[in-house]
Amino acid sequence: MIQAEAKNVNFYYGDFHALKNISMTFEPSTVTALIGPSGCGKSTFLRLFNRMNELIGNTKLEGSVTVDGKDIYARDVQVDEIRKRIGMVFQKPNPFPKSIYENVAYGLRVNGTNKKSVLDEVVENSLKKAALWEEVKDNLRKSAMALSGGQQQRLCIARALAVEPHLLLMDEPASALDPISTSKVEDLIFELKQQYTIIIVTHNLQQAGRISDYTGFFYLGSLIEHDKTQKMFLNPADERTQSYITGRFG
Amino acid sequence: MKRFRRILEKFIEGILLSSSTITSLTVILIILFLFREGLGLFNRSPLEHNFIIAVSKQNPVQDLSSDQLKAIFNQDITNWSKVGGVKDSIILFTINDITNYFSEEELGASLENLPQKLNEFIEANPGALMHVSEKYLPKKFNGHTIHVKNISVGDFLFGKQWYPTSEPIPSFGIWPMIIGTFLVTFGALLIALPLGLATALFLAEVADIRLRNLVKPLVELLAGIPSVVYGFFGLIVIVPLIQGLFKLDVGETVLAGSIVLGIMALPTIVTIAEDALRTTPLSLKEASLALGATRWQTLRKVTIPYAKSGISAAVILGIGRAIGETMAVLMVTGNASNVPHSFLVPARTLPATIAAELGEAPYGGLHFKALFALGIVLFLFTIIINLTVAYIRNREKK
Amino acid sequence: MTRKQLSQRIAFSTFTLISLVVVAILFVILGFIIVRGASVISWEFITGKPEEGMTKGGILPAIVGTGCLIVGSMIFAFPVGVLSGIYMNEYLGQNRLRRFINFMTNNLAGVPSIVFGLFGMALFVNYLGFGDSIIAGSMTLGLLSLPVIIRTTEEALKSVDDSLRTGSLALGATKLQTIRRVVLPVAFPNIITGLILSIGRVSGETAPILFTVAAYFLPNLPQSMYDQVMALPYHLYVLATSGTNMEESRPMAYGTAFVLIVLVLLVNLLANLLRKTLSKRVKM
Repeated sequence: MIQAEAKNVNFYYGDFHALKNISMTFEPSTVTALIGPSGCGKSTFLRLFNRMNELIGNTKLEGSVTVDGKDIYARDVQVDEIRKRIGMVFQKPNPFPKSIYENVAYGLRVNGTNKKSVLDEVVENSLKKAALWEEVKDNLRKSAMALSGGQQQRLCIARALAVEPHLLLMDEPASALDPISTSKVEDLIFELKQQYTIIIVTHNLQQAGRISDYTGFFYLGSLIEHDKTQKMFLNPADERTQSYITGRFG
Repeated sequence: MKRFRRILEKFIEGILLSSSTITSLTVILIILFLFREGLGLFNRSPLEHNFIIAVSKQNPVQDLSSDQLKAIFNQDITNWSKVGGVKDSIILFTINDITNYFSEEELGASLENLPQKLNEFIEANPGALMHVSEKYLPKKFNGHTIHVKNISVGDFLFGKQWYPTSEPIPSFGIWPMIIGTFLVTFGALLIALPLGLATALFLAEVADIRLRNLVKPLVELLAGIPSVVYGFFGLIVIVPLIQGLFKLDVGETVLAGSIVLGIMALPTIVTIAEDALRTTPLSLKEASLALGATRWQTLRKVTIPYAKSGISAAVILGIGRAIGETMAVLMVTGNASNVPHSFLVPARTLPATIAAELGEAPYGGLHFKALFALGIVLFLFTIIINLTVAYIRNREKK
Repeated sequence: MTRKQLSQRIAFSTFTLISLVVVAILFVILGFIIVRGASVISWEFITGKPEEGMTKGGILPAIVGTGCLIVGSMIFAFPVGVLSGIYMNEYLGQNRLRRFINFMTNNLAGVPSIVFGLFGMALFVNYLGFGDSIIAGSMTLGLLSLPVIIRTTEEALKSVDDSLRTGSLALGATKLQTIRRVVLPVAFPNIITGLILSIGRVSGETAPILFTVAAYFLPNLPQSMYDQVMALPYHLYVLATSGTNMEESRPMAYGTAFVLIVLVLLVNLLANLLRKTLSKRVKM
């Protein structure tokens, strides 16, 4: 079974050919890490799955991207409906300047759920899943801006989980965090794998090795290699992967 | 050589420093000169220069306020008992009345006998109230002069009458202008706010880059049109339109001023509000969109709340622009100095009054000073507005 | 379509529509003045003097007067504004003095133009004894346009990449040399744009010149900077509101408004053009 798939994808920013003929599939309940040097296209590729690249004008996409067997770039698709089913966690924690509660409830509210009992339950569950509940349960009305960086990032994960996504996209979610917060977030990703399909972009190879089942190596807009993480790290098929993993460039 | 260069650099730095003090200096000088001229209204008698009010020696009345004097001259008060004197009717006497009492021969060819005749008159009429020039007073005067109370700040701000040239006592109440200014500004906001904010939202969030590059310069061009041209357009197009539409006797109304000012305040509001909307971090908008919010929901729930202090600054600066605008309003509001009670009557604003009257006010006279006092009021409004904006912006930084 | 998509469509269409209305207002005003004014424009109108109670003839004295005021105010305001912009951005950090000067400059920018008129009359005309004159009017207009010039200079300097400064300083250049040889050339296009836009503003201001320089009717051209002059915006005001024969002087008013509008449009166009060509040259 396949949760998400990109088929023969080419992507352009204006004249710049950012992604070159990439095909990749993602199985349910797995973590796939996308690695590669800066500017290799891994973040662009990730953002294809919830159509975030559209926010910048003058882009062009060829090929198809499907989630749950549906082409998310099809003409009749409403982009907000797509995004609702696909959660995203960003590089820097970006909580809204609202209360903790309202941050988590946001996704439900914008999708028409305003019933308090439902919201209460979802907020609690999401915060529990994000391993933040114990720390904030007495301060749900406090501003999210008052949390520490690590807490903010887990809040953003809880916020993404609240809308029950099928697929979770993470764009270097731990890059702005201290080591302790990072390990908490990594533990969390490991937990979440039971229920969600996760694609994570990371700069940190050890992190990719620790948490992912599969790894894809991007270089200059192309997918060089995509395989089980264990195999990629121990016995890569491509020379360039080998060079990157052993730290010879990047 | 090195030493010379260092001195030169210091010298140039000094020039730069002194240049940058000029704006501050100007603000201080503006305050100084406005107050120097304007405060003069409050520390001298409201009588015309060199003129005095005199009564007979027996008369116990020592001072009168300008309101009392006005009432006496308008014959609303005709008895001394009303103003703290004995029961006796008031006999008004001004220099124009002189020939009613004395023949030209009696006065002499060059009025050389006038002082003496004034003495005779005041002796014969214990109830007389004289308004004459100081220079005609006899050396040994049989009466005493009345101290006329100065105009108070309260009279000035809240007085409902503005008759700056009326004789013998002018009225300097600016309440009608304050109300006129606020009414015109309020109307302008009702027009400019929805139009301006919607355009700002369009430019910041709806338009693609090409459309934005087309529309934005046009809005900025609106700011470049001189205010007399707006006034002229208002006078030729909007005023007759209002007159016809509401079947009025005159089309020069508060409404006409509001429409013209509303258009003029648009660019300020659009530009500043759009800048404010753009300060919202992309990461917040992305987070919202990624949760399935539409762009409109994102705008409403994330972007606008984030930018709200910048948007309020835009609104307040728009108000400032409207309050201070002179020429366009002068040309279309009809300049009646009554307190306006609706949008369909003429009114006058603070700046328009200055522009319309300063040219005719004799230098250094009361009227002249009163117009500078109007300038003070206007200046204070703008200071309040700037302080508010600075406060909002500071709070935002924290 | 879901409810939230519908509400987005309604909201965004409203914004688009309103923006169109705003643009339409601009075109109505411009169109009205241009259509009515164009037929009045002739060689005689541009180069002649007002005649027959300002119902005939031309507006040369007003054009010359406005020209004098532009030149006069810019001679003063441009150097002062640019220098203080440089000082504020290059020499003052984010310290108290900078905040104070900023605050005062903002205050000056917010002062209504009629208050500038009062101030100019009190200081230049009466206190310094210049009388109603080009110099009094120019100084008043110059002070009025200072905040705009300072702001645009600061913005222009801010947009210069800091690495250029550190690069130059690292080569042993002094601060002043760095500013003169590296920073200013890069910022120049934007500074000049600001200058030109403030010319547009100066040429259209009426209230500040009412009591400092503007003459109701003065067919002779000025001989010195202590002379009064006619000026385009004041002339339009006079023609529109207090001419001796308003109906008959209407064409003159349209013509004057036309010239003012064309002036503003040209200034804007020039500013944009200059910014584009100059910044291209800097990039190469």
